[in-house]
Amino acid sequence: MSTHHGRPDSIAARTVDLTKVYGIGDAEVHALDGVTVEIHAGEFTAVMGPSGSGKSTLVHCMAALDTPTSGSVFLGETELAHLKDKELTELRRDRIGFVFQAYNLVPTLTAEENVLLPLAIAGRKPDPDWYDTVIDAVGLRDRLGHRPNEMSGGQQQRVACARALMSRPTIVFADEPTGNLDSTASAEILAFLRDSVRDFGQTVVMVTHDPVAASYTDRVIFLADGKVVDELRSPTSETVLAHMSGARRGPETGQGHAALHTA
Amino acid sequence: MLRFTLRNVMARKVRLLLSALAIVLGVGFLSGSLVFTDTMGKSFDNIIGGSIADASVRLTGIDRTSLSAALNIDQRTLPASLVSTVASAPGVARADGSVYGQGMFVVKANGKLLGGTGAPTMALNFNDAPNASGEPTVTIARGRAPEKTGEVVLDQRSAENAGYEIGDTVRMVTAGDQPRVAATLVGYADFAGGGLAGATMVLFDTRTAQDLFMDGKDAYTSIELTADKGVSQEQLVKAVEPLLPKDAEAVTGKHQADEFKSVVDTVLGYLNTFLLVFAAIALVVGSFLIVNTFSILVAQRSRELAILRALGASRGQVARSVLAEAVVVGLLGASAGLALGFGLATGLRAVFASFGLDLSATSLVFSARTILVSYVVGVTVTMFAAYLPARRAARVAPVEAMRDGTARPERSLRRRWIVGTAMAVLGGTLVTTGLMGDGGWGAAQVGLGMFTVLMAIAVMSPAIAVPVLAPLGALYARVFGTTGRLATQNSLRNPGRTAATASALMIGLALVTTISILAASVSASIDSGIDEQFTSDFLISNAIGQSFSPSIADDVRHVDGVGVIAPAQLTSLKVDGDQLNADATDSRALEQIFHITYVSGDAAVGDREIALMEDRANALGVKVGDDVTLSFASGDLPSRVTGIYQSTYVVADAVIPFSTLTAAKVQRADTSIAVNAEPGADKAALARDLDAATADFPTVTVQNKDDFAEAQRGQVDQLLYLIYALLGLAIVIAALGIVNTLALSIVERTREIGVLRAVGLSRRQLRRMVRLEAIAISLLGAVLGIGAGLLFGVILQQIVKDQGITDLAVPWVRLVVFIAVATVVGVLAAVLPARRAAGLNVLRAISTH
Ligand SMILES: Nc1ncnc2c1ncn2[C@@H]1O[C@H](COP(=O)(O)OP(=O)(O)OP(=O)(O)O)[C@@H](O)[C@H]1O
Ligand SMILES: [Mg+2]
Repeated sequence: MSTHHGRPDSIAARTVDLTKVYGIGDAEVHALDGVTVEIHAGEFTAVMGPSGSGKSTLVHCMAALDTPTSGSVFLGETELAHLKDKELTELRRDRIGFVFQAYNLVPTLTAEENVLLPLAIAGRKPDPDWYDTVIDAVGLRDRLGHRPNEMSGGQQQRVACARALMSRPTIVFADEPTGNLDSTASAEILAFLRDSVRDFGQTVVMVTHDPVAASYTDRVIFLADGKVVDELRSPTSETVLAHMSGARRGPETGQGHAALHTA
Repeated sequence: MLRFTLRNVMARKVRLLLSALAIVLGVGFLSGSLVFTDTMGKSFDNIIGGSIADASVRLTGIDRTSLSAALNIDQRTLPASLVSTVASAPGVARADGSVYGQGMFVVKANGKLLGGTGAPTMALNFNDAPNASGEPTVTIARGRAPEKTGEVVLDQRSAENAGYEIGDTVRMVTAGDQPRVAATLVGYADFAGGGLAGATMVLFDTRTAQDLFMDGKDAYTSIELTADKGVSQEQLVKAVEPLLPKDAEAVTGKHQADEFKSVVDTVLGYLNTFLLVFAAIALVVGSFLIVNTFSILVAQRSRELAILRALGASRGQVARSVLAEAVVVGLLGASAGLALGFGLATGLRAVFASFGLDLSATSLVFSARTILVSYVVGVTVTMFAAYLPARRAARVAPVEAMRDGTARPERSLRRRWIVGTAMAVLGGTLVTTGLMGDGGWGAAQVGLGMFTVLMAIAVMSPAIAVPVLAPLGALYARVFGTTGRLATQNSLRNPGRTAATASALMIGLALVTTISILAASVSASIDSGIDEQFTSDFLISNAIGQSFSPSIADDVRHVDGVGVIAPAQLTSLKVDGDQLNADATDSRALEQIFHITYVSGDAAVGDREIALMEDRANALGVKVGDDVTLSFASGDLPSRVTGIYQSTYVVADAVIPFSTLTAAKVQRADTSIAVNAEPGADKAALARDLDAATADFPTVTVQNKDDFAEAQRGQVDQLLYLIYALLGLAIVIAALGIVNTLALSIVERTREIGVLRAVGLSRRQLRRMVRLEAIAISLLGAVLGIGAGLLFGVILQQIVKDQGITDLAVPWVRLVVFIAVATVVGVLAAVLPARRAAGLNVLRAISTH
């Protein structure tokens, strides 16, 4: 088991003054504008904020899927900026799990093969106990032989979650994992993520727009215009909602997004 | 809609360029062949125009439109007195006697033979006789004309190639009684027709030419006539006809030109057909590439096409927009192909020049027909290949606009089995009926049948692919783990696409394999034939069947250690009207060396006797004791059949005594001499002595059994490598097909590749995955192609069994090499697509839709 698991006070990942700029000149967009956050190990963290506030950019940078313009990202003690492509690939394979909004399973592989894919790529055998635990936790036992196009969106997302957890990564990132799902399917996914934190000591960072989803987490970080504007511990849907309207009136008032009204 | 089409072409430049490349190569080959043969035709036209006079008096009975006529050197002549006789006829401005000597060769300064690989050497008497356009046929470019014995003039290019300058002594050999000739080079000649297409022109003064070729008589081979102003060629012929002896005839220049042209056209026709067959193969293989490219493009665009349909575009409009794209690709491909063809024709010209057919004096001929054919073929093939994908595009339902369009169900494989089986049966029937029939049509049917069978395999290949790839998949999984498994699954996810890509390679490899088996069988049959029948210790002969002086046999007879020798002269004649080749020889000597088995009767040894090979005798319906008529240029000779012998390599279709040749006025000149050593003689020493005795004659080589077998095999191999080189084009196109399919699949799978990278697949693993997929495709093609080739090769060998290809030989080692080559082709084809896949930005890849 990874050393980062189950130690509430250690830092699983952090960013220091993280900046990401897209475009140049007039078209320049500061997707992230000096973000410094710490993700505590064994915690379920939500990242919230209006559309375009930089949530996806943040988790992409932290998950070694994107490179920041400046600032640094640490995964445990490792600073990503110092790593070469090969090491980044291994990092993604062994220490990071990612759940996409659009499931992103490999269509030619069965559910089981998809779940085992990161291990197979690394040439490792799954720990049978852990495998059973995860498969039962996501409730996929009777779907293992199916291919993605034979499964519902909710089922596919559960496969994606199982895939993210199978290699026991230091940290799992999920970018709007419930964005495409109805409330029942969402609840299953969220419960699974929360249980993986509570029962297995997994560290999870989840981007969401949904205050109900955020209420499953231990901590909410609010972003607006590429900056961290607020934070909330032990959130409930009500406190999240209240903070969201607060965040809207954050440092750059008037820049709020219509998307918030849908919440 | 046109704008939409053009926009699409522009948006998919690279992909369409790749499929256009198939057309470029196919059309390039096609137009290159046409340009080259046109150029060849043109240079022969120039030769005809430069050399033929208004009219000519010549000996009768020679079939000047047949190539085999050149085998015999006619000894008949026209007396010099005839020149003045015809010169005095009304309408004749002048008459010039020509001496034309056959069987002469120039020995280069380095001792090798000039033009020894086939370009003819023409020895002539020098005069200033004009051709039909009034210019002298031959002029002296430098130096002076030959005036007496011991002087010679060569055409400039030949002199340069042979390494002689004015003042040097030129060595020559003849097939006549004076086998060695040496003369001082006194000048360079220019030919009125421009280049001589690699032929060598040797000019002597008339007296010397008559000494060498007319047995010293004051006589000529032909008389060239020039008409007075206003006298037509026909009138000229009419005027001299009454003055001619019995075996002479007068013909117009036009008639001679037509005769010459018909020979040239026959040869060019063969060459053209030969080259065009390969161009057709390249185009067929290329069309697989185009079908595939368009299918994939249509599949990728199905969403976009569905939106068009949802917006009200009709099926016809959608199909037409795809076909219009094909037209654009075809036009671009054909244009570039024409340019490539020009380059190819230049290359072909260089290759042929190295074999002695030098066409550099004629500039490349770009006829309107070449351009028209190239565009028609380029556009038609592309449109034909795009037709099915276009139809499929039209069937896209508007609702697909709302779906995630990538995973479209494969159509049932059952229909493929049915169609494929039907085609295979049709192809098999064609092959069978083609074998029963004979001649060109029969061969065409066999070819068409084999082509149909190949197409049948191509149609069924998606169904065959699954079982063929299964063991490979298992191997991949075992050796490469997940990367291997992913590669197998990728190659199987769209079996139609994989199979179509592999089919292109299959066609190329099927042909290569068939040809390899036939060549190996021919070599094996030659070997076993030589083993059984080559019972002489040495054979002295000319590499390309040219005749040489009988004095060489006399020299050889006196070499120490020589026991028996048997010279033979290959000759062409008609037996009861059927053209065949016969060996004139001394059968008693020959049968001391070679064993000839008589089915009935015995050897032909006396005057007016002939022995025939069994199948020839059967074809003629003659038996021992029957009388037959032998026809030569000089006339008919009655003969009696004395024996019928079993099929053999050792002698030709018939055997006649030398006396028949003398009676037929055919000059004696040997084509081979079989030599046996005296009992107990040192054969190695004898070989050296024989080499020394023939050292002056680069026209002949001394071979023992092994040398002979090797030379024979060498000829087979040379043809084989030529065909390999030509089929190589099909393999190159097939490789392009793999590149294209992989590149397009990677575009299609961008998002999936992003995911694989995101979950930790390294760049290296990704590249390996693409490479393994490419190898899977090319191995599928190799397995199908070699399988089909084995089938064809074995069947064809069975068919030609009776024609001397008695042994079946399968070159297993070579087949394994083909599989290795296919693997390498796969690896190479994967380089660019793999690099492209590995270079994808992970994040951007994941967010593509
Ligand atoms: N590839 C890119 N090129 C240019 N600009 C980009 C790119 N990706 C993101 N951006 C910009 O960066 C900013 C932050 O984008 P990001 O995707 O991180 O937002 P988000 O918070 O995830 O929004 P959403 O809730 O809509 O997913 C936005 O203004 C966006 O337009
Ligand atoms: Mg986002």
